[in-house]
Amino acid sequence: MSKEPVAVVGVGQTKHVAARRDVSLAGLVREAARRALDDAELTWADIDAVVIGKAPDFFEGVMMPELYLADALGAVGKPMLRVHTAGSVGGSTALVAANLVAARVHRTVLTLAFEKQSESNAMWGLSLPIPFQQPLLAGAGGFFAPHVRAYMRRTGAPDSVGSLVAYKDRRNALKNPCAHLHEHDITLEKVQASPMLWDPIRYSETCPSSDGACAMILTDRTGAARAPYPAAWVHGGAMRSEPTLFAGKDFVSPQAGKDCAADVYRQAGITAPRRQIDAVEMYVPFSWYEPMWLENLGFAEEGEGWKLTESGVTELDGDLPVNPSGGVLSTNPIGASGMIRFAEAALQVRGRAGDHQVDGARRALGHAYGGGSQFFSMWLVGADAPAA
Amino acid sequence: MRDVAVVAFGQSDHVRDSAETSEVEMLMPVLHDVLAQTGLAARDIDFTCSGSSDYLAGRAFSFTMALDGVGAWPPISESHVEMDGAWALYEAWVKLLTGEAETALVYSYGKSSPGSVRDVLTRQLDPYYVAPLWPDAVALAALQAQALIDAGLTDPQALAEIAARSRAAAVTHPHAQLRGEVPMGEPLVAPLRTGDCPPIGDGAAAVVLAAGDTARRLTDRPAWIRGLDHRIEAHALGVRDLTDSPSTRLAAERAGAFELPPGHQGTGGAPMVDTAELHAPFTSQEVVLRRALRLDAPDSTVCVNPSGGALAANPVMATGLIRIGEAAARIQRGASDRALAHATSGPCLQHNLVAVLEGE
Repeated sequence: MSKEPVAVVGVGQTKHVAARRDVSLAGLVREAARRALDDAELTWADIDAVVIGKAPDFFEGVMMPELYLADALGAVGKPMLRVHTAGSVGGSTALVAANLVAARVHRTVLTLAFEKQSESNAMWGLSLPIPFQQPLLAGAGGFFAPHVRAYMRRTGAPDSVGSLVAYKDRRNALKNPCAHLHEHDITLEKVQASPMLWDPIRYSETCPSSDGACAMILTDRTGAARAPYPAAWVHGGAMRSEPTLFAGKDFVSPQAGKDCAADVYRQAGITAPRRQIDAVEMYVPFSWYEPMWLENLGFAEEGEGWKLTESGVTELDGDLPVNPSGGVLSTNPIGASGMIRFAEAALQVRGRAGDHQVDGARRALGHAYGGGSQFFSMWLVGADAPAA
Repeated sequence: MRDVAVVAFGQSDHVRDSAETSEVEMLMPVLHDVLAQTGLAARDIDFTCSGSSDYLAGRAFSFTMALDGVGAWPPISESHVEMDGAWALYEAWVKLLTGEAETALVYSYGKSSPGSVRDVLTRQLDPYYVAPLWPDAVALAALQAQALIDAGLTDPQALAEIAARSRAAAVTHPHAQLRGEVPMGEPLVAPLRTGDCPPIGDGAAAVVLAAGDTARRLTDRPAWIRGLDHRIEAHALGVRDLTDSPSTRLAAERAGAFELPPGHQGTGGAPMVDTAELHAPFTSQEVVLRRALRLDAPDSTVCVNPSGGALAANPVMATGLIRIGEAAARIQRGASDRALAHATSGPCLQHNLVAVLEGE
């Protein structure tokens, strides 16, 4: 029995901001879900199941929030799942939802991820002291900075590359009405002059803390045929995990990331990612992760990723646009950040990305990672239905 | 739909306080147990899925440490739900149905001992209107019990009999925490007495799933999952009838619990199973579930909670998975032909999952 093809027919996001003090958690998620339903021209009654994801419950102080959010997401009387795979969760959540359709358990599924970071402080939420365990040291930046430094040493990349990524992503965000940061007066010099937070990561090369939610409607062939706008078809999706710390772990280019991409490319029939993929939404919370992931995902040879960034290949009008939405560097509701990557990839191949649309995008990759560079989830979506 | 079965189940001893062991140390022997039962090595598993809660562990990303116990190297295809392990099993079952995997390892664990689990569970409630009042799980279950008594559906004596029957059933259970003659004790939150409540404890459980012929190869008698469904209800207790569980009934219907299996005779009133493992942490919740599942129909001969259920061992986040495991193990050893397993989540049975398992 072959799998049912899965189509994305609705995408909805909130306008991501530092603090949505005007809405509750329920109000925030309902806003994104409602927009996804509107995009698909469906109602709550058309939804068979709801799959939500978010990062640690401590970030809002609500344990297992699917229980409280069941009403707001129209899930009463329906199955509801809550996924949590660290920073990759937004992507994993979409994949769990896609599998419900692929396995023909359900026909139309609402999937949603959110974070309301203003409810608490993520950096310290991540830094609770645990006996007998290595501390994470003031949040994620302290953990990842040494690995960025290792990448620079290994590849000989010039110091300037990180700022180029941030400058590009923040300019792309100006074309995305949902993006959190709209820095109209951004210049490369301002990025380069911003304070050093975790050497070599500067303030402007770091993701913001955002409140936001992202929702998608996934459906089968029949559902896609009824959809008012073009669908994005899932051509491949995979998750991979590896331990946090072990002798021989490559923090710069983790094996789990390579394996995950290879699995997705195999499913989607991709043999030359750089040539066959038209747009990439990758999870870049600190600017240097763009060149690092370009190599990890097979878009550049090892040691060459920074050259793509430096030569403008990843610009919105470049040969391989990366994060046309502005990326995590411009919008970071942590648990939703992965799903936003997946959803933005879908918007690109649906031709519905607005001012940040990549011309003629037919295939796009959505990528998310989490934990200590150990959890990966990715999907490849296309404008055409997958070959039967 | 593809045939998927439980081919192995294992659990730790459930203890009041496992201060001397970490979650990983608690979990590892259980993982080794289920792999040994099937002869599989960790690298033979196509998909791994777990269920646990950061709030019990008291730290963010607690599941990442448990992953070390699995030995995720080379990298594995893996996922996690912040839910009882029964829902991790559900995600793994769906994965197997897609055909992307032949085998799956499902595990869950919970340590209630480091904190006050009554207080911790209040953090599940509506954060704006209910959680600030800190109504704990016992108090909410007591509301439900009182509603049942007020409706004439049970009385303290009947509740005590449920407690006694459960703990008597657990006498021979090697992993149970509370077994044998247990006094009903003083009212904890009226009308519930301490005997109506589950023991507080730590524990872990694991299940191996396999599809089709792989399942037949791994065990003599797979426990086939004939149906699996779950449904959630409204969160606000004020809009629910606490004496009923329509989500359990709907999930059971969707899982085919009331359908006559091929070649069977019956009226179809009661579920067509010989065993039911119910996730009812409080005696009064068994009353609700029995009603919802029509287990007390006149022609019903269903054996309820032969394991002792959650009243004998309640490692939060694993108790639901253990119900599926206990039902499957009973089928695997030939003590049952068709069993229903139930898992719950949230205050007063808000979210319910039902599995129908069958031997060949």
